[in-house]
Amino acid sequence: MLLIPCPWCGPRDEAEFHYGGQAHVAYPENPAALSDEEWARYLFFRDNPKGRFAERWNHTAGCRRWFNAVRNTATNEIEAGEVTA
Amino acid sequence: MRDVPEHPDWLWSSPEPKRSYDVVIVGGGGHGLATAYYLAKNHGITDVAVLERGWLAGGNMARNTTIIRSNYLWDESAGIYEHALKLWEGLEDDLGYPILFSQRGVLNLAHSLQDVRDSVRRVHANRLNGVDAEWLGPDEVKEICPIVNVSPDVRYPVLGATYQPRAGIAKHDYVAWGFARAAAAMGVHLIENCEVTGVEVAGGRVQAVQTTKGRIAAGTVALSAAGHSSVVAATAGVELPVQTHPLQALVSELLEPVHPTVVMSNAVHVYVSQAHKGELVMGAGIDPYNSYRQRGAFHIIEQQMSAALELFPIFARAHVLRTWAGIVDVTPDASPVVGKTPVDGLLVNCGWGTGGFKATPGVGWCYAHTIAHGEPHPLNAPFSLERFTTGALVDEHGAAAVAH
Repeated sequence: MLLIPCPWCGPRDEAEFHYGGQAHVAYPENPAALSDEEWARYLFFRDNPKGRFAERWNHTAGCRRWFNAVRNTATNEIEAGEVTA
Repeated sequence: MRDVPEHPDWLWSSPEPKRSYDVVIVGGGGHGLATAYYLAKNHGITDVAVLERGWLAGGNMARNTTIIRSNYLWDESAGIYEHALKLWEGLEDDLGYPILFSQRGVLNLAHSLQDVRDSVRRVHANRLNGVDAEWLGPDEVKEICPIVNVSPDVRYPVLGATYQPRAGIAKHDYVAWGFARAAAAMGVHLIENCEVTGVEVAGGRVQAVQTTKGRIAAGTVALSAAGHSSVVAATAGVELPVQTHPLQALVSELLEPVHPTVVMSNAVHVYVSQAHKGELVMGAGIDPYNSYRQRGAFHIIEQQMSAALELFPIFARAHVLRTWAGIVDVTPDASPVVGKTPVDGLLVNCGWGTGGFKATPGVGWCYAHTIAHGEPHPLNAPFSLERFTTGALVDEHGAAAVAH
């Protein structure tokens, strides 16, 4: 089980969290202007690196707040100092 | 119980790779090996190398729970999975190798009224597609699998089940060895310990792969790398709509035969069969986060064990022998991607997520056709990369959910 450092509650078991996938995926600024390809990219394509990955977590069983973390998907290590509210 | 063959000495040769092939298949799992076999057998294409970064069939082929069925909801899925099931039915003779294919049937349990409605709908859809399917009440479930608890006094009582009698299990290692042996006998090069580190593209066309055994030129490069598909495709500048997750499974110690069929339950979330040797084989859903680590969290195992115990109280004193994880590539619509990419000569077979094993001969057949003709077979045409742009998704979350 991962030990995930919630920025508000401190390190907690993974079972307390809900996963939110890739971080920093912004809603399109001008949705009406998007082509089908661009919509497909926004809806269905996410980075899937073997290595550093910025991702979202929600501390559902704790403070219920979202935050970002950077984890290495090859080792599951969460980088200290990269957990941000 | 059947007599099982001894561990084989060498069923295939291990040649040094040539510097060039007509077709290079990236990934020596079940899909890659089946593709090579049907390329040679159906299309006479034998200047083929299967490149495997570890040992043959040592990835998800060695880690799956070997359930074979074709009772999917949508026409597209029923088409390719039923094609696979028909091939499974003749595969032992075709390969001339025992694969312990056992058509012991699969029960997909329903635990809520919505489950019942969805299941009955799927039974009808299956029948329209020529897939054997029946709806059974709790008593009939009990007849087929006496150890299932169908008492109404549990948290999620069994309200019935769909039943596909032709479904079953096979011995995954023997399937891989059978395909490997037959492909190698027709001249296919199976090259182990050869990791593809890059795909070379020039002028929009694939040229070669870079590997830990040097550069290998290829007319066609066919990816079949499961959980690592994104990593390999990215080196060719191709992005795939897949996310890589761990999927855990476990086996119990060896037990006397107690479980005559395959039981799956999406609602309480477990699937269980008993392997030929006697282990109970169980799986459940993926770990939620992206990861390339071939291990998952134990609380996921605990959840699947509690689900299994509710359905099978008789398992309460069985011991877990071993747990493990494979890494699976999951698409947004829970259906695979098999076909062309924006790069000429670069084909992709990925996104099978938690359910690739059952498709092994079917996808091998269709992917070989796609490689040989440069165009998809009618059965894999719906599973194109373009469907995410056109919106023609094949949404199998409902029928297959996470438990393929």
